Amino acid sequence: MIRTFSYVDVMYLVAAARWTLALTSTAFVGSALLGFLFAIARISPIAPLRWLVAALVYIVQGTPLLVWLFMIFFGLPLVGVSVNPWLAAAVAFSVYGSAFLGEIWRGALVSIAKTQWEAGASLGLSTFQQLRYVIVPQSIRIAIPPTVGFLVQLIKNTSLAATIGLVELTREGQLTAAGTYKPFAVYITVASIYFVLCFPLTQWSRSLERKFDGAR
Amino acid sequence: MALVEVQRISKSYGALQVLTDVSLDVAKGEVVALIGRSGSGKSTLLRCINGLEPIQAGAIRIDGVQVNDPTTNLRKLRQEVGIVFQSFNLFPHLSVSDNITLAPRVVKNQPPEAARELAREVLRRVGLEDKLDAFPAQLSGGQQQRVAIARSLAMRPKVMLFDEVTSALDPELTGEVLKVLESVAREGMTMILVTHEMGFARRFGSRAVFMHEGRIHEEGRAAAMLAEPKTLELQTFLNAVLH
Amino acid sequence: MKYGLQFRDVFAAWESLLDGVLITLLLSACAMLGGLAIGIACAAGRVYGPGWLKRLVAAYVEVIRNTPLLVQLFLIFFGLPSFGIRLDGFTAAVLALVINLGAYTTEIVRAGLEAVPRAQVEAGHSLGLSGLQVFRYIVMFPALKAMFPALASQFVLLMLATSIVSQISVEDLFHAASIVQSRTFRDFEVYVVIGGLYLGLAFVFRGLFAALYYWTFARR
Ligand SMILES: Nc1ncnc2c1ncn2[C@@H]1O[C@H](COP(=O)(O)OP(=O)(O)OP(=O)(O)O)[C@@H](O)[C@H]1O
Ligand SMILES: [Mg+2]
Repeated sequence: MIRTFSYVDVMYLVAAARWTLALTSTAFVGSALLGFLFAIARISPIAPLRWLVAALVYIVQGTPLLVWLFMIFFGLPLVGVSVNPWLAAAVAFSVYGSAFLGEIWRGALVSIAKTQWEAGASLGLSTFQQLRYVIVPQSIRIAIPPTVGFLVQLIKNTSLAATIGLVELTREGQLTAAGTYKPFAVYITVASIYFVLCFPLTQWSRSLERKFDGAR
Repeated sequence: MALVEVQRISKSYGALQVLTDVSLDVAKGEVVALIGRSGSGKSTLLRCINGLEPIQAGAIRIDGVQVNDPTTNLRKLRQEVGIVFQSFNLFPHLSVSDNITLAPRVVKNQPPEAARELAREVLRRVGLEDKLDAFPAQLSGGQQQRVAIARSLAMRPKVMLFDEVTSALDPELTGEVLKVLESVAREGMTMILVTHEMGFARRFGSRAVFMHEGRIHEEGRAAAMLAEPKTLELQTFLNAVLH
Repeated sequence: MKYGLQFRDVFAAWESLLDGVLITLLLSACAMLGGLAIGIACAAGRVYGPGWLKRLVAAYVEVIRNTPLLVQLFLIFFGLPSFGIRLDGFTAAVLALVINLGAYTTEIVRAGLEAVPRAQVEAGHSLGLSGLQVFRYIVMFPALKAMFPALASQFVLLMLATSIVSQISVEDLFHAASIVQSRTFRDFEVYVVIGGLYLGLAFVFRGLFAALYYWTFARR
């Protein structure tokens, strides 16, 4: 049955964008939790831990997201978890994202001068307290613009979840294109929706960067 | 005819008037010391003379050739006007020798060996012959500034402009740069130099020009003018820099 | 029931995997050359061009960087035939990758050009060098040096991102996975091996770029 590409289809696409946002949010939380641990591990005094995480980051940044998506999709059943595109996507994006976010945050942490740690230590703060009260508050300013940039990458990357059959914006676009035989109109609409989601964030990230640069 | 003629020029950045009705003639072989408070327009005047900044009114001529004329070949003119900046502005990716020979080679088409010989000669004049193959990052600030002067000398300019060439240097390094300036002056080079070194201005300046709020406020023979300032503004300025 | 990992069947299909590696390499090389050319041209337009060109380039960069590569690929492969432009998978893939990489490269090259201080350009002009000579002798080398690391990591990311061309049936390395998968039914193992191959490629690319950087820039 061939129907035309109409206003209703556009609305369906817009509605499908909520799954893109849901996946983005889930993946962001996962990446943030794991990424924070990675960042801390990378600056910890325990050398083997640093090496382990560095190796993990190197591996993740040297393999395509698509491979992680499929590996986890087909790997989860082997450990007794039933195949579920949502779970597979959430895990894959979290692992993949944590390697990038962890590196961004590590960079922010190490950009704070050593003398700040020493100043904290000389006041009798524990290592954790130095991190909590001295280092992290200062590095947040530095970390925010690239973190927002990461969020934009994440939104765009969630489109890959379509390849394992998760119905988000891009998958909905594929289905609509197949049903209406108007692929150009459909994909332009899909691209526009992504643009509307990403562009404001890109601008925001850029203005934050300028602001922080000016303040320094 | 004066070598450098600045006739009633005005210069502004948008709404900000930086130079107002400035006139200055510099004869061949003269050494003019340009002094004045920060923001009075000294650097801007030098940059206008070199054609790095457009002017809104008046005329500037070097050896009879008008700088602010669209038909003038600015590149050719700039070969005759050397300028040395406060911040050296050496090219960090080029060796000392390449910094110096770049313009002779690509602008004047000198063969590499001749250019290198030239580099050796000008480096000798600034006392850095042994640094021919060093890179800027390996030199002290004073040495970098002397290379910048050598780079400018290598174009055999008719007039040289110096903008606070010792201000970015530690006190113990300014001496070596001033010594180079002295010898260049003695060789008969026409020079306009912005400086806060009043002692130097007094000894080697044939003339001093005091700028104030974008105008030439007082000028005269360097030694006399600095010893007996006529205007209150110059007195205040001299008191401030000498103490 | 316990599942035993078994890679033998996957490695037995090494010829399919090798074919995939070659296509991925070819695709990456084409995209890098094309993307670099576009990036340099657009960055020059962005930095030195007239106002309308600056805005045009800025719009191109924003549109590409704020939409997914997969959608760009679909638009070219499935969308263009609506206008009678029918491209085979490989051509469509190269086109999409070039357009995409071109936008990122533009930003990197622009940042590199702008990293050269204005004072350097002025010093060149004050020595009588022409605009082109200033670019050739003063701006180019430091700008290349400044942009090289970002460019190298962007190229590695691109090589990895080429994996999505499998979605329009280009027979690259990732596509080889699905062939081997359907032949061996070793779903998980296949992707582990494919991941390892990509990792190897990324390692080689990084090594080559590092060597290139060392020989070109680091020795001074
Ligand atoms: N590119 C520019 N755009 C706008 N204003 C400028 C620019 N360059 C200089 N100015 C302004 O012009 C005025 C004169 O500046 P100039 O650099 O000529 O002063 P100066 O006498 O050399 O001072 P200093 O001793 O601090 O070097 C200042 O008020 C300065 O803020
Ligand atoms: Mg100045």
